[in-house]
Amino acid sequence: MSLGEFLQRATSPWMREGGPQDDIVLTSRVRIARNLEGVPFPQLETDSHANQVIERVATALNSPAMRKLGDFELVRCSNLTPLDRAVLVEKHLISRDLAEEARHGAVALRQDEVISIMVNEEDHLRIQCILPGMRVDEAWRLANTVDDALESELTWAFHERLGYLTACPTNVGTGIRASVMMHLPGLVISGQINRLLSAVSQVGLTVRGLYGEGSEAAGNLFQVSNQVTLGESEQEIIQNLTGVVLQLIDHERAARKALLQANREALEDRVCRSFGILAYARRMDSKETLQRLSDVRLGIDLGIIKGVSSRILQELLVMTQPAFLQKYFGQELSPEERDVRRAALIRERLRLDDMEVRG
Amino acid sequence: MLCQRCQQRPATVHFTQVIGGDKTEYHLCDQCAQEKGDLLSKAAQAFSFNSWNPFQFNQLLSGLLNMESSPGFSSPPLTQLRCDHCGLPYSQFTKTGRFGCPHCYDSFEARLEPMLRRIQSNTTHTGKVPLRAGGQVKVKKELQRLRRELQQAVSLEQFEHAARLRDEIRRLEQQLEE
Repeated sequence: MSLGEFLQRATSPWMREGGPQDDIVLTSRVRIARNLEGVPFPQLETDSHANQVIERVATALNSPAMRKLGDFELVRCSNLTPLDRAVLVEKHLISRDLAEEARHGAVALRQDEVISIMVNEEDHLRIQCILPGMRVDEAWRLANTVDDALESELTWAFHERLGYLTACPTNVGTGIRASVMMHLPGLVISGQINRLLSAVSQVGLTVRGLYGEGSEAAGNLFQVSNQVTLGESEQEIIQNLTGVVLQLIDHERAARKALLQANREALEDRVCRSFGILAYARRMDSKETLQRLSDVRLGIDLGIIKGVSSRILQELLVMTQPAFLQKYFGQELSPEERDVRRAALIRERLRLDDMEVRG
Repeated sequence: MLCQRCQQRPATVHFTQVIGGDKTEYHLCDQCAQEKGDLLSKAAQAFSFNSWNPFQFNQLLSGLLNMESSPGFSSPPLTQLRCDHCGLPYSQFTKTGRFGCPHCYDSFEARLEPMLRRIQSNTTHTGKVPLRAGGQVKVKKELQRLRRELQQAVSLEQFEHAARLRDEIRRLEQQLEE
């Protein structure tokens, strides 16, 4: 299979398609936590409870309300190879916890991979919607529709005062976590990022790296999400997040403009060096890959590099992850082998686009 | 100012945590701060972003829960408190930050309030209400109202009215069971 075909088949829409403000916002994601009434949370579930939850979800997926929303495939994690589970993690469709630790984990995926429903993770259900670009409001509306449709068959654990009950009290109430993945190289290069992120934390939001809790902020990628889930309505949470993200976008655009004005040559040199390395290097580790991809993407956004798809950042940041690489090359690879193959894959991907570097 | 925790040495480490506009201030002495160093450094990372070390919210959460029960913070010592439904000991919750079942929220209600005030912006849900349970919530509230009215009607010897109320209560109870 050619790389082009593999890309079409193996990538999710959020990696291939664009959306509003997609020069800065890569994806918008909303997940809502729900639990079934009268069943212990997954932490204390017995085997029979866990199976019961999966069966009830399977029934709910077959309800008329859910069928209207598309075709879902429900798979138990135990029926997936560790490599396939890792690929789903790298595509942000399931969490690392579900892939590695959940004894009775399952996932329901809609064919287009916009909607995924994790079963028996920390909570019985985690409904997730992921869309490219700044569409967090749309992602919430979609997740809300899925929630309503599932509720036609399932009864949620709900408390009159505390709202939706979740295994961890940090999710209780709305159970919502809305997050926006942003590419902020301008703010990082100009040294403004720490000041801005600490301001963000003052208004009830948190910032994390590419792969969620505990991951590094490699490649100048940041996930901004709400921290508080109780006491504010879903709309208020989405509005608050949107307001802050739009401000961050303005700051990022201003920072990029200022960098170009203050030292165009230095910026062009940085961007083109990274492009040269990606186009010719024979060994690339993940960390350097992300950094170079971030530079190249900035170069594309600023018109320094032409003829290369701006999708290249989100495509390659997933494609060059360990599990995806092994999936593409169809074999197990040691970290050293991965570095060699990663470099080869990047070179090949760059050749897919008609390369033309201005200068 | 004396250390909030030991109440003996002067407080030298001052830390303000802000969540959803609610400020919680910590004033600790060097020694207590050292002992709580893990918590403080985690919290500092989370709220200052000066470094990009992993931030595990659970650890911060369980740090706060343990802090609540440490000397100097006027909570009673942890007893053998357990959820009367799933049996989860409260002490396990403070370690993992995870409840065992939906009933844990009622079993640990008294301890939950101050914690929710710290980690959430408020302690009352104002968002979406499920269609199904939401309907039940309404019916339950209506039932409470009708039962009060029934008692009143009986005490006033308004038996015809009471009979109507009784029928209405039966109807709603049946509706709940369905």
